[in-house]
Amino acid sequence: MNHLKEKLLSYFIAFEEQVEKKSFLHSHRLDSFAEFEKTGFPSKGDEAWKYSYPVLLKLLQNDYSIFPKELANHKLNDLKEYFLTAADSYKIVFVDGIYNPFLSHTSHQGHDICVLSSASVQNKYKDILNTYYNKLGAKQEDLIQLNTAYVRDGAYIHIPKNTVVDYPIEIINFSTGKQQNPLFIQPRNLIVVEENAQVEIIEKHHSIAPHEVLTNVVSEVFVAKGAQVNYYKLQNDLDTASLIDNTFIRQEEKSEVGVYTFSFGGNFIRNNLNFYQEGSRINSILKGVTLIEKEQHVDNYTLVHHQHPNCESHQDYKGVYFDRSTGVFNGKIKVEKEAQKTNAFQQNNNIIFTDTATINTKPQLEIFADDVKCSHGCTVGQIDKKALFYLQSRGISHKEAKAILTYAFTNNIIEELKNPFVKKKINEILAEKLGFNLQFSFH
Amino acid sequence: MLSIKDLHVEVEEKQILKGINLEIKPGEVHAIMGPNGSGKSTLSSVIAGDETYEVTNGEIIFDKEDLLELDTEERAHKGVFLSFQYPVEIPGITVTNFIKTALNSCQKAKGLPNIPAAEMLKMIREKSKLLEIDQKFLSRSLNESFSGGEKKRNEIFQMMMLNPKLAVLDETDSGLDIDALKIVAKGVNTFKNNTNAIVVITHYQRLLDYIVPDFVHVIHDGKIVKSGDKELAKELEEKGYDWIK
Ligand SMILES: Nc1ncnc2c1ncn2[C@@H]1O[C@H](COP(=O)(O)OP(=O)(O)OP(=O)(O)O)[C@@H](O)[C@H]1O
Ligand SMILES: [Mg+2]
Repeated sequence: MNHLKEKLLSYFIAFEEQVEKKSFLHSHRLDSFAEFEKTGFPSKGDEAWKYSYPVLLKLLQNDYSIFPKELANHKLNDLKEYFLTAADSYKIVFVDGIYNPFLSHTSHQGHDICVLSSASVQNKYKDILNTYYNKLGAKQEDLIQLNTAYVRDGAYIHIPKNTVVDYPIEIINFSTGKQQNPLFIQPRNLIVVEENAQVEIIEKHHSIAPHEVLTNVVSEVFVAKGAQVNYYKLQNDLDTASLIDNTFIRQEEKSEVGVYTFSFGGNFIRNNLNFYQEGSRINSILKGVTLIEKEQHVDNYTLVHHQHPNCESHQDYKGVYFDRSTGVFNGKIKVEKEAQKTNAFQQNNNIIFTDTATINTKPQLEIFADDVKCSHGCTVGQIDKKALFYLQSRGISHKEAKAILTYAFTNNIIEELKNPFVKKKINEILAEKLGFNLQFSFH
Repeated sequence: MLSIKDLHVEVEEKQILKGINLEIKPGEVHAIMGPNGSGKSTLSSVIAGDETYEVTNGEIIFDKEDLLELDTEERAHKGVFLSFQYPVEIPGITVTNFIKTALNSCQKAKGLPNIPAAEMLKMIREKSKLLEIDQKFLSRSLNESFSGGEKKRNEIFQMMMLNPKLAVLDETDSGLDIDALKIVAKGVNTFKNNTNAIVVITHYQRLLDYIVPDFVHVIHDGKIVKSGDKELAKELEEKGYDWIK
């Protein structure tokens, strides 16, 4: 791990040569590099990494390549099958961390849906970048500093006032497995949604071939007054892929943001999801389904910071664990003294299928206001034997009954999804993972 | 059709059924009555294959097959149906999807193709209409926050859809108002023919005015202590169980 830090530090100058120094990102890069040099990676006693530290430590032992080579475009055509929809979405696509215009569908018509590397060298984007870039990430933990120092590219999305974006935006990071060493990438997304605008975003990370990859992605999302954002994270990667997702969301009054995280595959997934409410009558929605097997490990680490009166947050995470998989849910709700009449709900329910699967679930409530409604609950259990018997007594096989009950367990979250492509995809993945007839899942 | 011999059943090392004998032929309706805790639901659960209960002695033969050797779903495929005293609530599955899946599972087990969607819809419409079940009800989650009566009606709906050979109705009448009772009885009587058989477990003679039994058995403390015809049910209604204990 120290080895990796040393390697990163010593390669920085060489890395700098490859990126645009005139870029607006550069001063942030330098500051964060200095910061990362001081702090390094999360360390052992780090409370935030309590249950995931061993996995992280192991990952950091790899001899990563820090500068992936740009690969030729041909053969990339078959990547299209990974898109949620062929035509009906904007697409911002990166291959081994490098922007791929051939696969992308960006837009500047009434909004900017493009890439950070090019926005950050153009004057017309300077104001936005000045106002927003690295504003939520700056004071954060070590891994954010690392990302800011070594970022190569990511999505740049700016939706002006009163604009309802006609299509959802897919941000897709492919890793090809064609790089020599394990790959360590630092994607960075900046999403600015102005007053009363509406947009849907879908983020995916996908390995095309089994090859070790660690992605440390940072997304900063700014949502102005009355705006609405639905952000879907579809995490269904190969067992050779690991993902650390750091998402920061700042909401202004009367805005509504939903982040829906589906963790179905990958070696290790850590979701750091942070909501900062900066206005009243805000609604923040954090929902997720984790369904993992083998030795997979998923850690959902959420924060909702209520700072103003009359706001809401709704958290509902479901977990299903097979084999020797492990899960963590740590949900922190902070309600400041000013945030009277806050409604904050948090729920984390889990089913474990084996004696060897484990889940650590912990709500963390820090409430300084007195007139608030906060509820939280967590359960860990097995599949209900009575329900199994009931289904089997109608002729449904044991295996299928188990699958149906598991599907039913996650159903309330999936039913709620507003994007039909996402919903269909999630249903397909679940049906495949659980091994039951798909038609069942459509009501 | 069903032959139970000297059935002994334990749960958590406690003896519950202590030698049940019962013969049921096609076309027959048997009523089982008896005080609370006497073992009626235990008997029906064991017939359906609930593994909570351990059979320590005796046998259950269904259509010449050893039922105790079969899994719960295999029994259903062979035509055994249990209307639960306490139907389980399953949020996230609609009644329609559940019954479709169940029916097609039975088809598959018999090596038959799925029932075509149009035919399935027709069946659902027909049976739900007969039982006066609202269509909206069918797209609700299975049994979730159904009233007691709705749950029971839904059990009979499932029975009619699955069309079993042997239907065991465990207190399907409890919780039903008088109109619902008549509707449920209408369903059961429509279903009934001379190739299938029905076991009704009940505390009330009232139901037996609508579903007329050929035999009435009284279970007490895990044994059938008296059998008779429908007059026995009337006698029990008047005198209670003390005189036969
Ligand atoms: N799963 C179980 N675990 C422990 N005891 C049980 C279980 N199931 C049944 N029993 C016990 O077995 C006995 C018979 O129960 P059963 O449910 O069969 O009675 P019943 O005749 O159906 O009663 P009721 O008329 O109240 O429905 C009771 O004493 C009950 O407590
Ligand atoms: Mg009973």
